[in-house]
Amino acid sequence: MSATDHTKNYLQGGGLWSWLTTLDHKRIGVMYMIATMFFFAIGGIFALLVRLELFKTGPLFSPDTYNKFFTLHGAIMVFMFIIPVIPAALGNFFLPIQIGAKDVAFPRLNLLSWYIFMIGSFLLVLAVLSGGVDTGWTFYTPYSIRSATSVIFATLGVFIMGFSGILTGLNFIVTIHKLRAPGMTFHRMPLFLWAIYATAIIQVLATPVIGITTVLLVMERVLHIGFFDPKLGGDPVLFQHFFWFYSHPAVYIMILPGMGIVSEVITVFSRKHIFGYHAIAYSSLAIAGISFIVWGHHMFVSSQSPLANFLFSLLTMLVAVPTAIKVFNWTATMYRGSIWLQTPMLYALAFIFLFTIGGLTGLFLAALSVDVHLHDTYFVVAHFHYVMMGGTVMGLLAGLHYWWPKMFGRMYPEGWGKLSCSLIFIGFNLTFLTQFFLGKMGMPRRYHDYLPQYAPLNMASTVGSWFIGAGFLIMFTYFIWSLFKGAKAPANPWDAKTLEWTIESPPTTHNFHKEPVVTTGPYEYGEVKI
Amino acid sequence: MTEHVVPDHFHSAEQAFESSKLGLWLFLVTEILLFGGLFVIYIIYRAMYPDMFHEASRHLNRTLGFINTLVLICSSFTMAMAVNKTQNDRSNRANQYLLLTLMFAATFMVIKYFEYTHKFHEGLLPGAHFSFAEITHPKADLFFSLYFMMTGLHGIHVLVGIGLILWVLVRSNRGDFGSRYSTPVELTGIYWHLVDLIWIYLFPLLYLIG
Repeated sequence: MSATDHTKNYLQGGGLWSWLTTLDHKRIGVMYMIATMFFFAIGGIFALLVRLELFKTGPLFSPDTYNKFFTLHGAIMVFMFIIPVIPAALGNFFLPIQIGAKDVAFPRLNLLSWYIFMIGSFLLVLAVLSGGVDTGWTFYTPYSIRSATSVIFATLGVFIMGFSGILTGLNFIVTIHKLRAPGMTFHRMPLFLWAIYATAIIQVLATPVIGITTVLLVMERVLHIGFFDPKLGGDPVLFQHFFWFYSHPAVYIMILPGMGIVSEVITVFSRKHIFGYHAIAYSSLAIAGISFIVWGHHMFVSSQSPLANFLFSLLTMLVAVPTAIKVFNWTATMYRGSIWLQTPMLYALAFIFLFTIGGLTGLFLAALSVDVHLHDTYFVVAHFHYVMMGGTVMGLLAGLHYWWPKMFGRMYPEGWGKLSCSLIFIGFNLTFLTQFFLGKMGMPRRYHDYLPQYAPLNMASTVGSWFIGAGFLIMFTYFIWSLFKGAKAPANPWDAKTLEWTIESPPTTHNFHKEPVVTTGPYEYGEVKI
Repeated sequence: MTEHVVPDHFHSAEQAFESSKLGLWLFLVTEILLFGGLFVIYIIYRAMYPDMFHEASRHLNRTLGFINTLVLICSSFTMAMAVNKTQNDRSNRANQYLLLTLMFAATFMVIKYFEYTHKFHEGLLPGAHFSFAEITHPKADLFFSLYFMMTGLHGIHVLVGIGLILWVLVRSNRGDFGSRYSTPVELTGIYWHLVDLIWIYLFPLLYLIG
């Protein structure tokens, strides 16, 4: 490492081996990006197959195959794409640069966590190849104890990937605490980092619990220890508690980084200082805190006590407060701003629009009486896709377009970017808005077939999924095209104020030629003149 | 003595040490949460079946458990001394203390091995494999599931600790550490204390409730 020339940009030099042994956070970030995007494509194909089955009534695939499709779609998207993608890919790349550091605190650990992630993913892929999994991504007991499919490989994969998340989170927390450049106080950090910081806290605190849960599930299958098995005196609802104690905070591992990106993009493309910097920053921490006390809302119709149901319902409503604070502040940032509608901004606007719908329908589900009716229907499916895809994925795409010039030194084609954004936005709403109505009409989730009265909306939903597919196909194509043929990117194409835009595109190995000294906040735009 | 080089993304040796230490403490938090899951299961099933826990606990070997507790407490002391001697540049002494710690850790595992084989022999096994006629309570297998999961996970941590101490001992013997650089010794020490501390909780919760 010490022998390399630090004035070269990080992409230059070295073959495949130098990438696989790199300690450079930027290269590791890119490696994460390639891996997660690949998994996203696979998870997406499974999604298209699920929708294809539901295009018309009557089986296209066998019911068992359908169960495997939706399980793999869920498990791959959750564990191999949406949890790692923003922190591990974009966070890895930009966290050290945005605080003015040369690297993360533990570069070797960083590389290790990539390998751990790949090993975990490999196990999940092995589960796919050895017959798939049909339990749903939630692995509920007792079915997951008895299912004849590859539950062990899949849960071990989840366990191992958890380590990778923990190590990344730990690395980020230490980096933010110990490696900030002179003058980079916490309150001068870009809001993306506040979000990444809050995410890292959740990763470190919640992931060990899914770790022990998956280990116990494996033990349940191998040794029949009985903790979660009613036949042996155990309690399957206990598994649900354990599972959601991690997996609910995990939902915020997914959404918080997206919110961080939107905070950056909104202020840069409104040419205006962010409104309510402190409110947005601390609401990230508030979301992280609240995320740990709401898991029971996934279990309103399990045997949970009415008192617990009541409390979890009440606490869940609390989530709406810090998230609404963010939405209001983003909106207020745009007010009288000089809005520049480039692709990243379009995605950020899509985020606000779709995430608001996702958030508000979350309140329906938090209300006990309504949830009893809507539980396990397509309403829930629509709700979390509005949050996860309408939220996180839109945030990711905003960030990807925003930082693409910095990462690879090339501009993406703006016109094609807008086209694919429109396709994805229209397709998304066609796919999932319909599912709110299906859910309200009572269509249950996870069935391979449905009654005739659900047919028209299902057909519309499937057509929507093709729009989304087409949008992503265009996007992948132009991103790859731009790597070779895209216009050379200047150091700061968006006139942004954070540190990563003060250095070359793409950055040199050591990011900065000399350590930056920070004297102002991250979004110092002048007063808007009218 | 080979001079330790501070990685160039740090400004100073102190910053590097502080970072490593914070990282390790965060890691210990995750360890506590990992074990925390098992402790929660313990609390729940003990509240559900208090009589069974009392009855089943009597079939654990208190004497061996007590000796093991003493062994681990001693090992914590020798580990702390090893750190202290390293910081004062008395590496010969440090090596001796590390060796002692290693021996205590190994003793713990040997005793655990005898406990386990005895349990296997009697049929005091987890879950569905439970086949011990003297306990009448139908849910007694849950206690032994917990016993094996908790002490098993702890045992794995002891084994990892043995590996770490061995690694530190080899490096210390080579002269890598001293007052200027002792991070690996200190971090291994902190980790080792946590492993001991978890046992301090496991011992009364499993062995002494009968």
